[in-house]
Formats: sequence, C-alpha cells, structure tokens
Amino acid sequence: MRKNLNVIAAYSIMMGLITLVGIFQSWNIALSIFNLCLISAVMTMGANIQWGYAGLINFGIMGFTALGGLAAVLISVDPVQEAWSAGGFNILLSLFLIIAMVLAVRYILKNYKKSKNRTYIVAAIIILGIVIIRFISEPGIEAIEGVNPAKTGFLGGLGLPIIFSWVVGAFFAGGLAFVIGKVALGLRADYLAIATLLISEIVIAIIKHEDWLTRGVKNVIGLKRPAPYEVNLQQTDWFISLVEKFNSSKLNLITDLTERQATLNQLVIEGSSVFVKLCYSGLFLVVVVILLILTQKALYSPWGRMMRAIRDNEEAANAMGKNVVKQHLLIFVLGSAIVGIAGAMLVTQDGLFTPGSYRPLRYTFLIWVMVIIGGSGNNFGAILGGFVVWFLWIEAAPIGLYLVNLTTAGLDDTHFLKVHLIESVPYFRFLMMGVGLLVIMRYRPKGILPEKIEIK
Amino acid sequence: MDFVNAIILLLNYIFVPALAYGSQLALGAIFVTLVYGILRFANFATGDMMSFGTMFVILFTFYFQSVGISFGVLPTALLAIPFGIIFMVGYMLIIDKLVFKYYRINKSPPVQLAMVSIGVMFVTQAVVRIIIGPSDRRFFDGEKFLIKAGEFKEMTGLNEGLAIKSTQVITIIVTLILVSTLFWFLNKTKTGKSMRAYSDNEDLALLSGIDPKKIVMITWVIAGILATIGGALYGLDKSFKPFTYFNNMLPIFAAAIVGGIGNPFGAFLGGYVIAFSEILLTYAYRKFFMYVLPESMEPDGLIQLLSTDYKFAVSFSILVIVLLYRPSGIFKGKVL
Repeated sequence: MRKNLNVIAAYSIMMGLITLVGIFQSWNIALSIFNLCLISAVMTMGANIQWGYAGLINFGIMGFTALGGLAAVLISVDPVQEAWSAGGFNILLSLFLIIAMVLAVRYILKNYKKSKNRTYIVAAIIILGIVIIRFISEPGIEAIEGVNPAKTGFLGGLGLPIIFSWVVGAFFAGGLAFVIGKVALGLRADYLAIATLLISEIVIAIIKHEDWLTRGVKNVIGLKRPAPYEVNLQQTDWFISLVEKFNSSKLNLITDLTERQATLNQLVIEGSSVFVKLCYSGLFLVVVVILLILTQKALYSPWGRMMRAIRDNEEAANAMGKNVVKQHLLIFVLGSAIVGIAGAMLVTQDGLFTPGSYRPLRYTFLIWVMVIIGGSGNNFGAILGGFVVWFLWIEAAPIGLYLVNLTTAGLDDTHFLKVHLIESVPYFRFLMMGVGLLVIMRYRPKGILPEKIEIK
Repeated sequence: MDFVNAIILLLNYIFVPALAYGSQLALGAIFVTLVYGILRFANFATGDMMSFGTMFVILFTFYFQSVGISFGVLPTALLAIPFGIIFMVGYMLIIDKLVFKYYRINKSPPVQLAMVSIGVMFVTQAVVRIIIGPSDRRFFDGEKFLIKAGEFKEMTGLNEGLAIKSTQVITIIVTLILVSTLFWFLNKTKTGKSMRAYSDNEDLALLSGIDPKKIVMITWVIAGILATIGGALYGLDKSFKPFTYFNNMLPIFAAAIVGGIGNPFGAFLGGYVIAFSEILLTYAYRKFFMYVLPESMEPDGLIQLLSTDYKFAVSFSILVIVLLYRPSGIFKGKVL
C-alpha cells in the first residue's frame, strides 16, 4: 500500500479534476473527456509496450489507429448488395491476384540465390502484376463508386455488431505491424521513427483515396452503436422513472404539474446523453482493465524480464541466446494491435469514420507526449499520462483564456493585443504540451510515475 | 513539330515545377542532414522551424509594403529575408541554449534528443500560430510570370505554351547560389573543414583542438539561414500555411534519407529525386502520347501511373525501397 501511494494519489487527483469539470461545467463534458481519456489510455498502453518494454520507437500510431477505425467500418456497416454485384467480382479477383503476386515473389526470393537476374524477375513480376491488377480493378472500382455515390459508393461491410471490430481492428493493425516490422525493425532507433511516420502517412493516403473501400473523404457516418440511442431512451419508461427517482428531491419542490413535467423532460434529455456516455465508459473501462491486467502480468513475467534485458543491452541479451529480432517483431505487433483496438473504440464512440481527421500531430505525437509525461515502462504511468494530457488538451482553451484575461487585465477590451491573444487561445494547447514535454524530459526524464522494477 | 510540342509539354508540367519544388525540398533536406550530422539527432521540428523563419519574412514583407519599400519587379520578400534570418538564428540559438545544450553535454542518446525536438515542435507551432494565425497567407508581389504561356505560343508558333513563374526562377537561382556557397564553405574554409571533421569523428576532432561550441553555433546559424530561405521560397511559390509546413517535414525527411543522411550533397540531390519522382509518377501522360504517337495509336485513358492523391505516398514508397536495399542512402551517408 505504502509504495503505491504516489500512484493512488496521482489517480485520485485526476479523478478529482474530472469530477470538478462535471460539477462546474457539465457532466456531459466530464464524461466525454473521461471516455477519450480511456481511449487515449489504451493507445498509450500500446505505445508503452513498444517503447517502455522494448525501446522501439513507433511513430506510426496514427496509421494503426486509422486501421482500427477502418475495421469498425468494415465490420459494422451493412453490405451494399448493388455495389457487390457491380464490381465485387473484379475486386475479389484483384485481391486474389495480389496474394498470388506476393506468393510468387516470396517463392522466387526463397528458392533462388541472390543474383541480378533474380532482382529483374522480381521487379518484372511486381510491375506486370500492378499493370494487370489496375486493368482488372479499374472498371470494378468505377462501377462500385458509381452506385448511389451520395449515400454509399462503396462496398460496405459485413453488418455485424460493431463490438467485434475491436478484435478485428487489433488484427488489422497487427498485420500491418508485421509487414512494417519485417521491413523496418532492423533500422536504428531514429531511423525507425522516421520510417514508421512515413509509412503511417502512406496508410492514411490509401484510406483517404480508395473510395470503394472506405468512402474516402466523403466519410462514413451513422455507424451502429453498442449503446442505446438517446432518442429511444427518452421514450423508455424505466429510464424516465430512473431519472425521476434520481432527481426526486429536486422535482418534489415543484408543485405545478405542467412545470414539473417540463423539468422532468429536460432532465430526461440531459440524462439520456449522460447515460449513453456512461455505457461507453463502462465498455471502455472493461477493455482498459483487461489490457492493464494482461500487460502487468506480462511485465513481471520471464518474458517481460527478457524484453527489458533486450531493451537495456541488446548485445548481451543476444549473447544469452535470446532471439532479439523475433522478440522485437513480436512486441511491435502486440503494441500496434493494442493501438488498433483503440482506433476501433474511437470510431465506435464517435459513430463516424473521417479519414481526413487522421493527422500525425493528434494521433502520433500527442500519444508520445502522453507516454513520456506519464512514465514510460510503467503501465500505470502511461495510463495516467493519457488522462493528464488529454484533460489538459481539452481544458487548455479555458485555462488559456483565463491566463490571457489575467495578464491583460490592465488593457482595454478592444485593445488589439488582447483581441489577438483571445483569438489565438486554442493554440495555447500546443504551447502547453510542448512546454510540459520539455520540462518533464529535463527534470523528470522518467515521467510522473517512473518505472519501478520489482523482483518478485 | 509534334515532337517539340511534346517536349514543351513535359517542360511546362513536369520539369520546371519539379525543379522548383525540388530546390525547396533540397534546402530543407540539407538543414535536416546538417543537424543530423553535426548535432546528431533527427530534428522533428524541421517543418515548424521553417514556418517560424518564414513568419518573420512575411511580417517584414508586410512592414516594408506598408512603408512603401519595394524591390521593383522582384518580390519584396527577398528584401525581408535577411531580417527574417536574423530573428530565426536568434531563435535557434536560444532554443539550443535552453533545450538542446543540456542533452548534448550529457551525451544523451539521439532518441532522447529526437523526443526533445518534438517538444520544440509543439512550442514552435504554438508560437507561430499565436503570432500570425493558422490561416493561408500570400505575400508575393512584383511580376508574376517571367514567360507567359500565351506569349510563348505567339513567339514560337507552337501549340503548347510554356509558362515560367518568376518565383520558380528565383527559387532555382537562389538555391544554386546558396548551395554552392555552402559547399564551398564546407570544403574549402577551415571552419567548414572542422565541421566536417566534427561530424565524422567527434573525439578525434576534439583532440585536434576544434572548439565544439563554435561548431554547434555555426551549425545553427547555417541551419537558420537554410530554414528561413527554404521556407520563404516555398511560401513565395505556393503560399504560407503553418499546417502545410509541418507536413512538408515528411518529404524533406524522405529526401534527406534517400540522399544519405549526414551527407549534404546527397540531401541536395535527394530533394530533386523526391520532387521528380512525385511529379513523374502522378502526371497524366495522355497529351504527351497524343503528340508523340501517330493518330491511330492514340491512348484512351489518362495514362497516369498513380492518381495525384498519392503524391506524398510516392516519396515515402521510394524511401521504403531505399531503406530496404540501401539503408545508407543513394549517396552513402552515415550508416544507420
């Protein structure tokens, strides 16, 4: 208990802050901050596994998040039958050809010695393959995108409950991580960072522009929900009576019957959106707790010790017979898969998939700030980082506004400097993140909750 | 005649724009490579540092315009660049003193410095947006075209016009002057040689009496000059928007790595490699083939290898291929 005091203290302060938002601003805002904090926590856990456990830099978090989001679309949206009949065959054939091409290249690479001829043959297969695939897929893609483009114009998904996509998103992200890992993991740390950053940009470019698969920048809206809809809730009897019970003291003060009914309606409308957010919080909390237990177990297992050994001294671990390359690949895939789950959760919560919104600043660098500030190598620290940074990211504007008003109190309200500063209040969040990161890196390089190695 | 038309077409749509874009990338790439080679970290604040310098150029341009100073047919921004550089270099030296110096003296691993540069990136981005705002700004004035497409057609009697924007010419000339001065400095002067020695082998350089403080300072000064000019040229040619500058960091990194990181000449050529491949692979060649091929063989499609949406993806794919087959870059930089 004693040694965990700082963890408990840090988390209680965080919860206290969110509660304060609930009391002073509104419970709706507080809960949406809390939900996104939980999603951020899942992302930071993924990044923490890679960076904290194994010392791998992954600046491609954005790409894995987007793939998770794509999974949510492909799982939950109902299939568009017309589009399938219009161009499904071409797409499937192209998919088959791509697989055949990859297998052929693999076969040649495995069974022939390295020579100039081999390189030429591989290049020829790839170029020929791309040309053939383009010829086959192009009419299919055009046909699909032509089917009711304002509403669908894509193949749709499988029409399953969206919860499944959390698992599928993990598989998508893990699969991509496997490919990237095979290519890039041999590189030195900062090189790997740049490579993953650029590869994630390629992923986003594909998601943005392959309209037949993702609708691209036209966005997919109105995804299914794992939680009830507000409108339905507002008409359900048990929910109305629940709200009535909760607010009975307040309602009893009102004697006028019509007025009482109006207040109740208002409360039900407010309560329904809070209730829906609470449903999400519950679901996300389950994911976070499961992941936390798994990662904690892994950290203190022999495997976790091996990962730390590899992180701290690669050569020594290698000399002790640990397969560094294989373990790096494994942990890269695992961490990315967790990020994929977070991506699917994010789209589930928003109910829409907007490929244009994936930007490296928000989905890669901010997550890294969370991990570094929270404490890399320590799961509780990483989660706390997700909470603290996301809270500040949202509340930076009000805080900035307050500070601006405080420092320019002597100036006239129409003074150009004051007006300008108040207009640029949204950008104070960047300043806050940057300064926070720099201060933490300088004076507390291990983060708020540093890594503790306990040997049990 | 058709053949000449086809050549002009390619010049107009591929060669001239790619040369200008490549020059802008090349300046950024040399900036990245110098910081990597001498200060030994990947600077993720590259794009935002460029936008910071450009911001001062823009502010001075606006000031000059308001007091009525102009540069004739040339854009006023060229006059403002030296003032922008002064502020930029000052900013970089302050950042170095406050942030990077501590880690350099403690001999932190490069990864930590890269993380720190992300902090600098956030701060710089905030400062730029607070001072000048996030919106799109154009600050070009003076004569817009050197050769207009219509005039060119009249002059030569060809079907295809060749339009050359003055910003493109300015970009290419300034880049050539700047880069040749830089190479002269690095290869012929004593300070330049000691910089290269420091980049090659730090301990040996220190033993032979090279002052590391001086080397670091000069590196930041050169980096400031490159970043400001590169950013200002890009802004003149297209427009200034902090977000685009942040994104430009990615092709710039690709250029630096493709050319061999730590190798300034490689970075210079890498910029053009990236620019040309981006434009060559996403250009629709239909018209070109219409000129070159006989009428019976005219193509129906656009003959476009990749849609223009994938412009960025092209440069990154090149990077991945280079990483796979030649991790030290085309022109042998540091082996990573």
